[in-house]
Amino acid sequence: MLKTVTFSVFRYDPEKDKKPYYKDYKVELRRPGMMVLDGLNQIRWEQDGTLAYRRSCREGVCGSDGLNINGVNMLACITHIEDLKDPIVVQPLPSMPVIKDLVVDFTDFYKKYYLVKPYLITKTPPPSDRERLQSPEDRKKLDGLYECILCACCSTSCPSFWADPDYLGPAALLKAWRFIADTRDEGADERLEIINDRDGAWRCHTILNCVEACPKQLNPTEAIAELKKTIIHRKF
Amino acid sequence: MADIKVTVHKHDVVIVGAGGAGLRAALEASRVVNTAVISQVFPTRSHTVAAQGGVAASLSNVEPDDWVWHMFDTIKGSDYLGDQDAIEFMCRMAPEVVIELEHMGMPFSRLQDGKIFQRRFGGHTKDFGKEAICRTCAAADRTGHAMLHTLYEQCVKNQVVFYNEFFALELLMNEDHVVGVLAWDIANGGFHIFHAKATMFATGGYIRVYKTNSNAHINTGDGLSLSLRAGLPVEDLEFVQFHPTGIYGVGNLITEGVRGEGGYLLNKDGERFMKRYAPTVWDLASRDVVSRAMAEEMRQGRGCGPKGDYLLLKLDHIGADIIHERLPGIWELAYVFAHVDCTKEPIPVTPTAHYSMGGIPTNRYSEVVLGGMDKPEEPVKGFYAAGEAACASVHGANRLGSNSLLDIMVFGKVGGQKMAEFAQSLPEHVPLPENPGKKGIEEVKNLLNGTGGEMMGAIWDELKESMELNCGVFRTEETLTTQRTVLKKLCDRFKNVGIADKGLAFNLDLIETLELGHMLDFSKAIVEGALARQESRGAHYRDDYPQRDDEKWHKHTLAYMEEDGSIRLDYKPVRMKPLTVPTFEPKERVY
Repeated sequence: MLKTVTFSVFRYDPEKDKKPYYKDYKVELRRPGMMVLDGLNQIRWEQDGTLAYRRSCREGVCGSDGLNINGVNMLACITHIEDLKDPIVVQPLPSMPVIKDLVVDFTDFYKKYYLVKPYLITKTPPPSDRERLQSPEDRKKLDGLYECILCACCSTSCPSFWADPDYLGPAALLKAWRFIADTRDEGADERLEIINDRDGAWRCHTILNCVEACPKQLNPTEAIAELKKTIIHRKF
Repeated sequence: MADIKVTVHKHDVVIVGAGGAGLRAALEASRVVNTAVISQVFPTRSHTVAAQGGVAASLSNVEPDDWVWHMFDTIKGSDYLGDQDAIEFMCRMAPEVVIELEHMGMPFSRLQDGKIFQRRFGGHTKDFGKEAICRTCAAADRTGHAMLHTLYEQCVKNQVVFYNEFFALELLMNEDHVVGVLAWDIANGGFHIFHAKATMFATGGYIRVYKTNSNAHINTGDGLSLSLRAGLPVEDLEFVQFHPTGIYGVGNLITEGVRGEGGYLLNKDGERFMKRYAPTVWDLASRDVVSRAMAEEMRQGRGCGPKGDYLLLKLDHIGADIIHERLPGIWELAYVFAHVDCTKEPIPVTPTAHYSMGGIPTNRYSEVVLGGMDKPEEPVKGFYAAGEAACASVHGANRLGSNSLLDIMVFGKVGGQKMAEFAQSLPEHVPLPENPGKKGIEEVKNLLNGTGGEMMGAIWDELKESMELNCGVFRTEETLTTQRTVLKKLCDRFKNVGIADKGLAFNLDLIETLELGHMLDFSKAIVEGALARQESRGAHYRDDYPQRDDEKWHKHTLAYMEEDGSIRLDYKPVRMKPLTVPTFEPKERVY
């Protein structure tokens, strides 16, 4: 007989349930290396079609399936079942409104991402017939920043983000630094104007949960520290 | 069940799909006309995000290159089934679209002199096949991620209107004019009619129909089935690309860039077998050639492991520094999915379903076209397609690596421009038909109100397993006939499918069941096309007809769906006349 583990899954259907509850399912380990997403799929396809969650690339690059698993935010598609303590408690990302089961409303998260002007801002026109030049050393400054997949694992693990509804949060701030650190960008002033605020970079209290939570091994806290340093250098 | 609300929206241009093609089209069209994008997922979650190796363009940053060489390689790679006007168009435009991406802020990797980094890739050569060339522009091995995020960022900057987590249900036509699309609001439930002057399907490929594949869950070819159901044809669906290096057992992709950077394949004897199959470029032959060579090695008992069902991709000799700098994503994937540290040991790999060469027939302007052997191509008014959902056809029977990111940029951009022009030429919207979206609305209501007993999961399992077995790298009349019967049975069972979730809010059960319906529809077109095509060309390999047969089969397959769900095949000629250079006549393919 195949080994099974128990998935204890957060369930909530706004049309039916007065309040959320947890439902247990047995998941069979049919091959080595099964991920939490494989377990959720097994439940949905074979046991309970009513379970809802987001997923797409199933390899950790699209950022759809950030979940809180055994108390820690991570991507279901690259988290091995065998590495987790049984029973596996699967919950939606904390602090976001639940749409259904494991699906949360990202509106606020995206709004904060839009606020930091997450796009290259230039004033000097680029050369007409070729790329702008950037040295490999300058390009290296973007490593650890551009890889963000907007999964929200970081922001929703941050107590400051939970406590202050206006705090931009680590994901948006990391994104802001990704552009300010880009030698091609000329939008630092307008971005720093927004970030130099009690709900911007200064709300970060270096709790470091974001670093722990990031499934891409990025370091939002460090990016926020760079933002703070840059703000201070500009102001004085 | 209470009546579900139908909301009508009006835009000049509506684009379905927010991957690279859809976003590139939106950037173009939104500059000129009122444009909206409908996407099943938040845009940066589209499958373009998973592309790794790069985007091809003859920038000559590393060594002299020429778009004609790129064009020749693409035509040869297509096994001469690609349309040469569209291929010339794409290869000539490649440097321009790549430079635009850089100007938009895409974080390309850089060469010492500050120019965009370029690497070698399968099938890309200098001087018409002499040796491999550095043509593939890359952002490490996360090029698709860098591209998709950059495009979305530009859309945010330009305030493009998005309807995220909306699922297309029906292509709306009034007589011969496409007038928009009916969609379902996934998060809240509810029908939405998007009334448009011009509509684009940039809905992605159809590879989820194979059990072992490199694709995202959302790649269920919905746009193809919606076209078929609207009475429009799909083209060349039998050409399914199997990528040589999917991770054994799970299918996650290991980019061809690994071989471009010097990695190579080994059989169980430790032999670099590719030298026997492609004496000039070895492991950098085109994907169909490498995948077939791998399958052949395994058939002859030279596969690795107790079952002999995988081969090894060795790259540790490249050096840990280069791996971490240029292939960091690969290191991560191999570590997470195969428990292998690829700076020390080889990755177990196997050919894996990866890319759809076929799609909705278009010309080089991304206009959806009708045509036949004796019928010149003619656009369907108001309908456009781009990217993997479309068939221009720039990939013919086999796509070259790093030509797909190029395809989506070129035909997204041109399609966006053409749609805007077309929308501007129409003083008014063509009215919606009577009872717009009736079929799509009924399809959803039947599932929500139905009591069918078949579970979608069971049908889907059988579909993807049987497609892999009977319509995979090697095909024969016998396997394809078997698959035709399997599909018939599965379609019958699907008529009685039932969903457990009857709610409106984020009903994944409903969405996946609708997707399964799409997969069943277009699978019939894959199988019928493959069964009829009694030759081997590119990715379509018939064990019982191992030769390419230009006399009988140098033509595109068109598949139509009849009222009863059966497939009718038709054909159209390959467009052999390029725009400015002489035709590349079909030749034997040797790499």
